[in-house]
Amino acid sequence: MTVHRTILTSLAILSLLVRPAATAKAPDAEGFLQRWMILEPIRVAGQLTDNAVQTLVKTAHFPDQFTVVPRDGDSVKVGDANLAWHTVDTARYNVNLYHFAYGLKKPTSNVLFWIVTVVESRREMSGVRLAIGSNAASVWWVNGAEVIGIYNDRQTVIDDGVSKRLTLKKGQNVVRAAVVNAGGATDFCARFLDGDDKPIRRVTVSLPAPSP
Amino acid sequence: MRRAVVLALLIVSPVLALDGEPGMHDPSTVVLQDGRFYVYATGNGLPIAISDDGWTWRRAGTLMQAVPGGKPGPDVLARGGNNTWAPDVIKSGDKYFVYYSAPGTQPKSAIGLLVGRTLDPQSPDHKWEDGGPVVWSDGVEDSNAIDPGVFRDPTNGSLWLTYGSYFGYIRLVELDPKTGKRLYPNRKPIDIAINSEASIMIFRDDWYYLLVTHGSCCAGANSSYNVRMGRARKVTGPFLDNMGIDMLQGGGKLFLGSGGRSIGPGHFGLLDLGEGVQKFSLHFEADLDRGGISVLDIRPLLWRDGWPEAGANLTAGTYEIESARTGTALEMAVQGIPVGGPRGRGGRAGAGGAVGRGGGTGREDGGAVEPIPSQDAAQMSANWPAGAVDVRMSPYMLQAQQKWTVAPAPNAGGYPGSPYFKITIAGTDRALTATRDGELVTAPAFTGAAEQLWRVDQLADATYRVMPKAVPDSKEPLVLSAVGSSTPTLARFRADSDRQRWRFMAP
Repeated sequence: MTVHRTILTSLAILSLLVRPAATAKAPDAEGFLQRWMILEPIRVAGQLTDNAVQTLVKTAHFPDQFTVVPRDGDSVKVGDANLAWHTVDTARYNVNLYHFAYGLKKPTSNVLFWIVTVVESRREMSGVRLAIGSNAASVWWVNGAEVIGIYNDRQTVIDDGVSKRLTLKKGQNVVRAAVVNAGGATDFCARFLDGDDKPIRRVTVSLPAPSP
Repeated sequence: MRRAVVLALLIVSPVLALDGEPGMHDPSTVVLQDGRFYVYATGNGLPIAISDDGWTWRRAGTLMQAVPGGKPGPDVLARGGNNTWAPDVIKSGDKYFVYYSAPGTQPKSAIGLLVGRTLDPQSPDHKWEDGGPVVWSDGVEDSNAIDPGVFRDPTNGSLWLTYGSYFGYIRLVELDPKTGKRLYPNRKPIDIAINSEASIMIFRDDWYYLLVTHGSCCAGANSSYNVRMGRARKVTGPFLDNMGIDMLQGGGKLFLGSGGRSIGPGHFGLLDLGEGVQKFSLHFEADLDRGGISVLDIRPLLWRDGWPEAGANLTAGTYEIESARTGTALEMAVQGIPVGGPRGRGGRAGAGGAVGRGGGTGREDGGAVEPIPSQDAAQMSANWPAGAVDVRMSPYMLQAQQKWTVAPAPNAGGYPGSPYFKITIAGTDRALTATRDGELVTAPAFTGAAEQLWRVDQLADATYRVMPKAVPDSKEPLVLSAVGSSTPTLARFRADSDRQRWRFMAP
């Protein structure tokens, strides 16, 4: 995992860092999306049941939380805390949120992570699915529509939660998620599957340039 | 088939076995033509039974009604007699060959051939020509030429006939795929088994399997019929059972014996539906739920350790429906409540005392522990949404939203071996339903619509394929599929994938 700017040095000790390139990033060989914008963790109660997670993620934590496509370095105010967005590249299939938060000296337990990425498709693709795994509960949106919710204490399993068939637009598609962790390790992975449930690699991820 | 007379039986029964008029004895292989199933059986003129779906059967006259003279040809009568028993049928090129037993005073008997171009009695082309006797026994030799079983070798397209019944040997001759007659009439038939009847071969993975029926027939619930088998690397044998005993010396691994309320299985026939879905037909000498008459049945054909195995059609009951791919269980997507109610984190400590995370359920005071009642929908449903609810998969924890009741859907028809089922959350009418977009939902009520009728076929590895009768606005057959550990959907069936394989487990 690589984190641009602020935590790059901290994470270097984890030997997972590759500085994000300016160019668009293709998924890995198995279709996993490896570039994400992650908001520093929000302290929450860490309840993981269906109802608790749904209530939590539908609570307004910061302005435009369901629509914003942030830039690296942007910050939002959540309660009394100023929390920053960070561009993250991972060299692996998953994004290790524990390392992310630990590197920032932020809490790793009883936390909510908001994550965003922008998937660019050169053509419209129907009948595709978003397929994710998360530790622990998570809720996912594609272009503003909620498509996946998985709950309770769980480990990241590839293609654990899978959306119903959806359409990726030609151009930019915003993928957004909220991951809730109660304690211990926390990470996620995500990819798109085609109509035959094969990973889609014919897309790129291109996040906005950092704020000046 | 040792009997003087076997009655052709007509019955109508509501019980969970084949529906309609399945009463028959010594059925042929079930053959599919133009979406309709056909089977022939012992009886005057060789009775025809037809089914539009493989579940509900009806009688449709006899084969001999379409034969000139209405009876076996003169050469057949001369070699055997004027009885018509135990036929078998196969398609070869654009023709159908029916082989039938024409015994006189056994073991003097003959096997006659009928040649036709359609199985449909309503077709103007439904005509059967007498092909004469194919094999016969003179009443003295070690053979009783009845009970034909015809087999096409998939390795080279050659056609073979096995026949015989107790008096002497089960014998094998090669047939001409163009005429249906013996390819080498002057060659001596090959003896391949003894002390059996109703022989037939199947092939899989470079093995030839010979299935025969042992025991006695035709005595209702006192019939000891049972299906046995051996296998060989060559079509001509030797056929050895799992203990290495040659079927020529009486060997035979049990394939199916009596069980449940069905007594005396015999006359195996393969029904290959494609995509790895295989079934077999047979008759039971006595169906105790139908007055002890002899009935046709169709069951799943499984394979284990290189041997065929009789599977079981799904029966009504309450089940966990578990994905073979993921091990997670189908559930209505509502928040689950632990059985016995929520409790604090813990549970790693057993009776030996609490360690680390807390005492969990272990009792340290040595007091009695009480059983926790099972969880049912009546306890939980007050918190469930009233309308349609998504379907998902989760680790099975015996919760109410994870238990499904499977029951035959009344008057909904079926498929080979089973009726269509409705699948509802146990204790409720909330029905598993296919949706227009090829996904799944738990509808608030069962309506009997095609998208709520489920076909459940057991596959070769004993898992099940689960398929809605129809998906709204779709002509494509789709089946229940685990696209993710937590996510079911409907997708095309792939025989080489675990995604579409499910287990129905005791809850």
